[in-house]
Amino acid sequence: MKRSTRQGLRKLAALTAACTLFASGCSDGGSSGGGDQSDGDATTLTVYSGRNVELIEPLVEIFEKESGIDVELRGGGTPELAAQILTEGDNSPADIFFAQDAGALGAVAKTGQFEKLPADIIDLVPDTYRAADSTWVGTSGRSRVIVYNPDLVPDPPTEIDGLLDPQWKGQLGFAPTNASWHSFVTALRLLRGEDGARDWLERFIANEPQAYENNAVVRDAVDAGDIAMGPINHYYLYELIDEVGADKVTAKNQFLSGGDPGGLVNVAGVGILASAPHRDAALEFVRFLLGAEAQEYFATATFEYPLVAGVDPPEGVPSLDSLEPPEIDLADLDSLEETLDLLAEVGLLTR
Amino acid sequence: MARLRSPRDRAPVLLLIPAVAAAIVALLPLWYLIDQATSQGFGAVWDEIVQDRTLWLVLRSLGLTAVVTTGCVVIGVIAAVLVVKTSLPGRRIWHVALTVPLAIPSYVAAYTWVSWRPEIAGFGGAALVLTLGSFPYVYLPVASALSRLDPATEEVATSLGLAPWRVLLTVSVRQVRPAIGAGALLVALYVLSDFGAVGTMRYEAFSWVIYGAFRSGFNPARAAILACVLVAVAAVFVAAESRLRGRPSFIRLGAGAPRPQQAVALGRATPVALGFTTAVLALALGFPVVNLAIWFNRGLSADFDLGAIGSALGDTLLLSAAGALLTMALAIPVGALAARRRGPLVQLVERATYIGHGLPAIVIALSMVFVGVHLLEPIYQRTPLVALAYAVLFLPLGVGAVRGAVEQSPVVLEEVGRSLGYSPMAVLRRITLRLAAPGVAAGTALVMLTAVKELPATLLLHPTGSETLAMGLWSNTNIGRYAAAAPYAATLVLLASVPTLVLTRMSRTLAPNDAGGLTP
Repeated sequence: MKRSTRQGLRKLAALTAACTLFASGCSDGGSSGGGDQSDGDATTLTVYSGRNVELIEPLVEIFEKESGIDVELRGGGTPELAAQILTEGDNSPADIFFAQDAGALGAVAKTGQFEKLPADIIDLVPDTYRAADSTWVGTSGRSRVIVYNPDLVPDPPTEIDGLLDPQWKGQLGFAPTNASWHSFVTALRLLRGEDGARDWLERFIANEPQAYENNAVVRDAVDAGDIAMGPINHYYLYELIDEVGADKVTAKNQFLSGGDPGGLVNVAGVGILASAPHRDAALEFVRFLLGAEAQEYFATATFEYPLVAGVDPPEGVPSLDSLEPPEIDLADLDSLEETLDLLAEVGLLTR
Repeated sequence: MARLRSPRDRAPVLLLIPAVAAAIVALLPLWYLIDQATSQGFGAVWDEIVQDRTLWLVLRSLGLTAVVTTGCVVIGVIAAVLVVKTSLPGRRIWHVALTVPLAIPSYVAAYTWVSWRPEIAGFGGAALVLTLGSFPYVYLPVASALSRLDPATEEVATSLGLAPWRVLLTVSVRQVRPAIGAGALLVALYVLSDFGAVGTMRYEAFSWVIYGAFRSGFNPARAAILACVLVAVAAVFVAAESRLRGRPSFIRLGAGAPRPQQAVALGRATPVALGFTTAVLALALGFPVVNLAIWFNRGLSADFDLGAIGSALGDTLLLSAAGALLTMALAIPVGALAARRRGPLVQLVERATYIGHGLPAIVIALSMVFVGVHLLEPIYQRTPLVALAYAVLFLPLGVGAVRGAVEQSPVVLEEVGRSLGYSPMAVLRRITLRLAAPGVAAGTALVMLTAVKELPATLLLHPTGSETLAMGLWSNTNIGRYAAAAPYAATLVLLASVPTLVLTRMSRTLAPNDAGGLTP
């Protein structure tokens, strides 16, 4: 009995050792693609990227070539990565958080996990598109627009309330689960108050809008003439034009003016973590993102607005200066939870 | 030590120690949840829980759970009976194919349905997608339990004049009730935790508010409080299942190795049976796969990068195999103990392992981030921690399979082994696990199949520089590059057929009556 127990223990120990070996072998294999923070000269910058990795990888490769700094992109959903950074606290291995929207940057900034960016970086971007306390800075912008089919809508509305006109009953489309739609409703709440926003949403519902999976499908439905109009982001139209050619696209963008909530301009942006292991390299990366090359990349590859003066917007897109977005502190867009509650209450979010 | 010890005397320490370790691993998320939930004081906890809306959402989730679990039991049991116990043509192929739907991420399946018919969104769509994606949770354990049945009982029933199909229903299916219960529990817990299907289908279930608290509120404390509610619901499910299961009453008394099974000749019912399995697979697998093909053909973003997909395949295999290995290493002692002993400690240990499966994966992912930075810094964002996260998420898949299989093998043989002087570990290794091999194999297959599609934990914890198929699929669909996403999805589906294929062969789940020339 005793002997067999010892034998059993020995086997258990052997099994444990085998598992550990296997596991550590895996970890070496798995991380061989990247470097380790501790391994010597070559700096490896860790970027938590809520921006799609497929989209920004080409840009990052240019940076790596120019700077000699390796960049490890860890892609994920912007809010999930924000939650990860909040959970990691000071132990975060991340140097930079590259987020899809200002709300997430605001949420991390609130906990004091971002360090202040130097003036020479911050000043490159207009006040509206950066944190008031310099903790984050926008890198590119996107505008809400109304995409419309000129055959069905010869005279498109110039304000978001134009969608409430009963003549468009059943001819409107929107993407109820899309984050930019939620940002728009948040802007509506901030500008018109809860009651004003509820009133708009209820009248919008009365017009029987059709729910689509995402903005691209709304755009396609408008282009095909299935519906007349829908509120989406500006770049979806230019993506379609880029894919199939301008002569094959019927739909057009209507940019809303006069500070209309429907013309909200939101940004993607970056912050450097106060706990960043590679602060200097991180600063270099942020400078690169605000440099001419990266700004042009955003304009041409993703049809977003460059935020730095002197870089042209995408072809055929009105300049950022000419837009008249509503005056909103973008960091306030982190009150999304109330927005979702409101959307659920009026029955627009769920079934 | 001359006296013959009954295996029911007390749990052998050598099993108990690793089993308790498994339970501690499974309960790791609670550390994070309690830390977060109480970060704003207990008053906040109370305020958050005691709301009409909380109850309303729990009820919505329970409604969905009831419908999906029922659907999965019906589909899973019928399919398992047809494949294992009848003359269904092409059984080996059906067996593999019927497990593959598990590997299709629920958000992908939901997206294909809702983009085909937007009006399907809501309860119906969510129930459809979840049922079609989760029935293998029932199918796999039931098929493996049926394959281990002793034909003697069925032969007795037949000799007493029961028609073959009545024997199937009254004798065979009744004998595998524990496996059905175990599968149903897995389905129920999964439905509680799923966000992919209910999110895309816009059916507001309880998991919505948890994701909402992270995604739009950036409020981990609120999410943690709500997740605790889900832990309570999951605990009720687990307790209910183990009460319904009771003591295993159907064990084989005869030979240690099952004799070849007799397949019930379907005869003229063959087209109906084939129609059933074809319909299930057409909806669960065919529909999404055809849609993938359409996406790929539309082709605007199709830059088919074989190298990227190959390396994603390698990373997926590595992480899911490491996860399956660790999960099964933890699940075997728990399952073996739970099958034989019903003491309070063993019950607690077994039930603890189920908690992770009922929590949204983002909660598990963040709790492993928490554990990683506080306790396991050296393996943070490395393979071992990913494997650990998979173990927390998928332990019950392994535990249920092992327990079911061990319960079915006769205690008598273990007693004989002990009386011949084998140590308890030797009995476990040489008798119990050998008899339970099909169950262990089914559990391993379940864990791997589920791990290959795992996304939330993989995204936050993957070793830097690696990319799994599920990650590639997600980052491409995320920006509307469906054509570029299609090859990732196709590889995922192909990969998903491998574990069942290999493990079926190894464990001979279907072997006995394949000799009869029923398979092509």
